[in-house]
Amino acid sequence: MKTKKAHLDLQQYGMFVALIAIFLIFNVATGGNNATPVNMNNLVMQNGYVVILATGMLLCVLTGNIDLGVGSIVAVTGAVAAILVVDKGASIPVAFLVALLIGLASGAFVGFFVAYIGIPPFVVTLATMLMGRGLTYTLLQAQTKGPLPENFNKIGAGFLPKIGANLDILCLVVAAAATVLLVFSELNDIRTKKKYGFETIPVWQSAVKVIVIAAIIWFFFIKLAQYNGIPMILVLMFVIVAIYHFITSKTVAGRQIYALGGNAKAARLSGINTKRVFFWVYTNMGFLAAVAGIVLAARNASATPKAGDGFEMDAIASCYIGGAAAAGGVGTIIGAVVGAFIMGILNNGMSLMGWSTDIQKIVKGLVLLGAVTFDIVSNRRKGN
Amino acid sequence: MPDIILEMNHITKAFSGVKALDDVNLKVEKGTIHALCGENGAGKSTLMNVLSGVYPFGTYEGDIIYKGEKCEFHKIKDSEDKGIVIIHQELALSPYLSIAENVFMGNEQTDIKGVINWRKTRSAAKEILAEVGLEGENVDTPVNKLGVGKQQLIEIAKAMTKNVELLILDEPTAALNDEESAHLLEIMLNLKKKGVTCIMISHKLNEIEYVADEITIIRDGKTIETLNKKTDEFTEDRIIKGMVGRELTNRYPLREGPDYNIGEVILEVKDWNVFHPDDPTRQVIKNVNFNVRAGEVVGFAGLMGAGRTELAMSIFGREYGQHITGSIKMHGKPVKIHKVSDAIANKIAYTSEDRKTYGLVLIDDVKHNMTMAALKQSFSNHGIVNANEEILKAEEYKKKINVKANSVNQVVSSLSGGNQQKVVLAKWMLAQPDVLILDEPTRGIDVGAKYEIYEAINDLAKMGKAIIVISSEMPEIIGTCDRAYVINEGEICGELGKEDITQERIMEYIMAHGRKGGNE
Repeated sequence: MKTKKAHLDLQQYGMFVALIAIFLIFNVATGGNNATPVNMNNLVMQNGYVVILATGMLLCVLTGNIDLGVGSIVAVTGAVAAILVVDKGASIPVAFLVALLIGLASGAFVGFFVAYIGIPPFVVTLATMLMGRGLTYTLLQAQTKGPLPENFNKIGAGFLPKIGANLDILCLVVAAAATVLLVFSELNDIRTKKKYGFETIPVWQSAVKVIVIAAIIWFFFIKLAQYNGIPMILVLMFVIVAIYHFITSKTVAGRQIYALGGNAKAARLSGINTKRVFFWVYTNMGFLAAVAGIVLAARNASATPKAGDGFEMDAIASCYIGGAAAAGGVGTIIGAVVGAFIMGILNNGMSLMGWSTDIQKIVKGLVLLGAVTFDIVSNRRKGN
Repeated sequence: MPDIILEMNHITKAFSGVKALDDVNLKVEKGTIHALCGENGAGKSTLMNVLSGVYPFGTYEGDIIYKGEKCEFHKIKDSEDKGIVIIHQELALSPYLSIAENVFMGNEQTDIKGVINWRKTRSAAKEILAEVGLEGENVDTPVNKLGVGKQQLIEIAKAMTKNVELLILDEPTAALNDEESAHLLEIMLNLKKKGVTCIMISHKLNEIEYVADEITIIRDGKTIETLNKKTDEFTEDRIIKGMVGRELTNRYPLREGPDYNIGEVILEVKDWNVFHPDDPTRQVIKNVNFNVRAGEVVGFAGLMGAGRTELAMSIFGREYGQHITGSIKMHGKPVKIHKVSDAIANKIAYTSEDRKTYGLVLIDDVKHNMTMAALKQSFSNHGIVNANEEILKAEEYKKKINVKANSVNQVVSSLSGGNQQKVVLAKWMLAQPDVLILDEPTRGIDVGAKYEIYEAINDLAKMGKAIIVISSEMPEIIGTCDRAYVINEGEICGELGKEDITQERIMEYIMAHGRKGGNE
């Protein structure tokens, strides 16, 4: 076999390309309205909780399953936090803590039935979806609970303090730091590959990749700098995505999830406690649903019985659009995040164009189907 | 002039260049029971799959002449239309449907097209059940409520609704107890009286001796001979001679010299009893005792379904069975093994006979598969994977046992069977066990890769590991093992030292044990 030079796997970045393409299409269609500083800020604010849910959902999808109950858990935890603060006069940290514990408990509840009783996750989470929604309506007596105090709302609607008058300096610092980090990690990657004698992609391709990503980062942060600076939720999102990216790609626990999803029997016979993995994947999903619940309540400055309705579908769709396989074992956190933003840009762009939510659903459905079809067909052509 | 119903002439069938059948000839007389004998992998099932159209016309060479007419079957339906029905070892019944529904599956009783006539279905099912000796059964019973023996009879009933003239049974009694087997054989003799011709594949030579009129022996994809009950000697010994009479020429690397030493007992299993995971009354492993020494390769010989895999998996973290009793000692000390991670911690490794289902994550790459069992112990710090170390070790083992892959990043599903097996072996070598249980380590892989696996086994022995080789290929047991246990129906029925391991001795033990079981 002749030695072949590696090339940048475009398919690996296909989702990024699609993200940019969709953004540009709407940019033309809305006459540039989707690239205004306000709207860029909205994109982050509106999609924060979907991104958070998608990171948790990706772990479920990696096992070859989904969690239908997250939308309801978002509602329950948001409602509990709101009731504690508004009605019971609890302090905000206490309310957050209780909401997170409830999320953990509901996740452990699902995990217990899935892992130790052996009920299919689809069934268990369908049950928690119904129970959670019913519980929310009962707790809130079908009323909206609000308004929530300003300190509560910061987590969903607040910003990091702005430095400078017009253009936020902090944004620029972050963008600069990200660029340095990006270049450094690419160089490091090339060095390791060379050290182990692996094929490296041509330098110009590396350069193009870095330049494109850096351009997106600068574009994004300059827009944010022109508005109110860095939203709190962006920080939270970044931290969560970074943690879960690390877990899935660098830890034993993460590897065990992939092994389980790829072949549960082989994983078991390799000494992996598959039940425990299942349990923690679903417990974790409950926890992240609670985080999303708090963020959503904070952004709306209130808890509503219908909160989080359909979020589970957005999170699941994000994972699939981001290249995760429905059969399990394939997918990345970054992919799920990109998937979530593709959905977000679609939503946002169509809203800006004044399309009704009914039409938006049709388009979202088609995009989901199209993305997965593209993925499967192009994989088949490659012969794996 | 005998009335020949089926002639298969010069059948040759190759799988990616390897000939599974090489100029095979088979002649079956109408109204007789014809047995096909041969070792596992000799080509019996392949021949029957050619006949029934599983391998369509054009994918093999040679002619099939059925009832004097040359046939070209492109799919199973084609052969069924002519009255040829095959009943596979794995039953094709739908477990939650009733007996009547199963009997007429794919052949539903209707008046109006597409609408089932239940009255007709039930009464017709009743009639057919009587023919296979199941008069007493309620036709509305779901088939999963029946034992395997009765399910086998339902399969035959199903074949009869298709106006079967030539019935092929692949290991029909493998999963049955003696009483059920005897009943099935009677049913076969009954069918013969009614003019149905049977071809039967079986390892149970005493049964063949009893029911068959003619026997064709296949070895290594070639027809060796056909014996006739009336004219030839028709004994088990005679059949065994035909089945195993092959010369062995250097297919196994030698394990001799000062580097190879057999030392202390490493693994000792005593009074091991295991019950079936779904049926607590069925004992699968009965009072098994065995041991393996350092540097020793011990074979578990026996036929398919003898309980060897079940024995291994029940020891390996209780992955098979329930109500397991008995004791395991490692290096003379009793150990408690409740789950796979306990087994790994006690330095026991097991490679499955089915590498694709139980051994590999096919969508993942070579390095991740290799490190899967040892990830926590050897390739991580505080739960964080040391990816560099992982790549280095994977590269090392790739070279060591010659895994033919472009790199350790290649996805294992794209490797050949032999190389996949090497990845599995590397996975367990990386877990640094003292005992390796290798279940059918060379199943379905080519001769060259087999040799390399045997060399790897020798290397492990040299390092003082205790190795158990489970194999249905007797030459493999003979060629690789220092000692062998013969296992039949969940019991150890014999132990053979290096010089005594021969195919004849193994078969004798199995036959003797089978007869003893029959008398009880």
